Amino acid sequence: MVSLSPTRAPSRDAPSSPPRARHDVSPLRRGHRRLAMVYATPLAVIVAVLFVVPLGLMVWMSFNHWPLLGASAPNGVTNYRALGDPLFLHALWFTVKYTVVTTVVLGLVAFGLALLVQEGPRGVGLFRTVFFLPSAVGLASASLLFYGMFNTDSSPLNAAMRLLAGGDVDWLGSSGNALISTVGMITWRFAGFYMLILMTGLHGIDPVLYEAARTDGAGWWQTMRRVTLPLLRPTIALMMVLSVTGSLLAFDQFFILTGGRHGTATIVIDVYREAFLSQDLGRAAAVSVAILVGLVIINGAQLRLLRRDS
Amino acid sequence: MSRPRHRAARSAGFYSTSTVLAVLFLFPMVWTLFSSVHGRQASGRGNGWGIDDYKRLFHYGSGLPAYLLNTTVVALITVCVTVVVTTLGGYAVARFDFPGKNVLFLVTLAILMVPYATILVPLYVFLGWIGLQNSLIGLGLVLAMFQLPFGLFMMRNSFEALPVELEEAALIDGCTPTGVLRRVLLRGVAPGMVTVALFAFLAAWNEFVAPLIFLTDGAKFTLPVALFNLEAGNFGSVDFGALQSGVVTAAVPCVAVFLLLQRYYVRGFTSGALKG
Repeated sequence: MVSLSPTRAPSRDAPSSPPRARHDVSPLRRGHRRLAMVYATPLAVIVAVLFVVPLGLMVWMSFNHWPLLGASAPNGVTNYRALGDPLFLHALWFTVKYTVVTTVVLGLVAFGLALLVQEGPRGVGLFRTVFFLPSAVGLASASLLFYGMFNTDSSPLNAAMRLLAGGDVDWLGSSGNALISTVGMITWRFAGFYMLILMTGLHGIDPVLYEAARTDGAGWWQTMRRVTLPLLRPTIALMMVLSVTGSLLAFDQFFILTGGRHGTATIVIDVYREAFLSQDLGRAAAVSVAILVGLVIINGAQLRLLRRDS
Repeated sequence: MSRPRHRAARSAGFYSTSTVLAVLFLFPMVWTLFSSVHGRQASGRGNGWGIDDYKRLFHYGSGLPAYLLNTTVVALITVCVTVVVTTLGGYAVARFDFPGKNVLFLVTLAILMVPYATILVPLYVFLGWIGLQNSLIGLGLVLAMFQLPFGLFMMRNSFEALPVELEEAALIDGCTPTGVLRRVLLRGVAPGMVTVALFAFLAAWNEFVAPLIFLTDGAKFTLPVALFNLEAGNFGSVDFGALQSGVVTAAVPCVAVFLLLQRYYVRGFTSGALKG
């Protein structure tokens, strides 16, 4: 049985050690400068054409009246009024709520799973694989799967609720219910993924430190607080950046589960609506620029906060 | 005396906790698989087993074969482009010095910083200009672009992990860098290429927003978008049986590929490429 185990990956291609001097390029290679540029050309072309140009276009579009069909014309900062639109503000508030709840719940569950299967008796690898398995299913497929679970009479979720609560629950029928249901689905889908990230971090902690903590008579909680958590900081930072970014940009799950109804539109659903329902690509671009700037700031702040004194 | 008993209690605790959790994690998938082949809709009779759900899915819209073909084409383009581009680029960045190398590396990594969803609107316009809107090729190229940061980082690390002496010898023997890459290095970085291909495949096969925006012709839809239409197309009357069989159809290749290539997947985490 192949098991999900970061410990087994050969260290040969895991140079997490400080980057080796990259300037030890021998004279022999210097002659191949042009050839190297040829190798790098496909990469440069795709990055330039499909990334740099659209990025510039996004900024340009945001200062233009740009209908889905028809000619565009510069209109200053008019598009940025979309940021004051109550629909956008509501979407922003809902997205932030969703991000906070998801990051906390997902983080705690993933951390629990990682501690559970980090080391264990025989068969632990099988459990790792099972916990990860939902992460192999696409997010859209997972959302459709839960759409079926929430909405069919024969679903075990509904059967259980009839037994426990004595009636049907409208899992997606209100903003609050949809938020909780979606967080549940997302936790199922992503817990194993973040578990794997955390396990990589846990594995990097020198066992000698645990040995020392035990000799000093430290209990479980003290070891956790004084050894595990501080040393896991970079990994936790990575997990938080991934989770916060992913949640702030949530689209698939709400678009599929609620269609953004009952006040569950996220900011990306708002961009989608501006672009393809209101057919105003300029306003959509303006909101996109704002999201981009916001995310760069938030991620920078998170990384700085978590890297400080470490 | 107390030590073994303590250990036994601990492992009993481990097994019971893990088993309960494992059931929770497997349950949604197992139930969906079960209800896609069992029940009134699936059997076409009162109850029992049957494949009627899959038959209706087969004939939905442009037909399941068309959607599967579209998804496969997009996934193939994404995987091939990503692997070829990042292998060549990784080799260049890891082993050679050339003008603009650092800028190229940093701009490629900057793709990670730019939230995926925000760049889709200008990409939609831009693909229209170059005639790749509503095109599976355009979609595959865009999805490959989003895989470049991870792929480049992964491949650069793979090349750097190989001993330099190997190629130096071949170069002195008069082998060209291309020959060295083909005959000597490819074997060494093959595991890295599998990891990059695996991540690209899972991302492309499951992608939802990009095809939703870029593809306008129903016959070109990928499976996730077709299934979404099956769910949202006719309000009030969702064919849940067909939907569940669709979810199973979409998930099976991913789960199978993942189970086969798990160790390559984990390599993507341990290589530090995610921290890029």
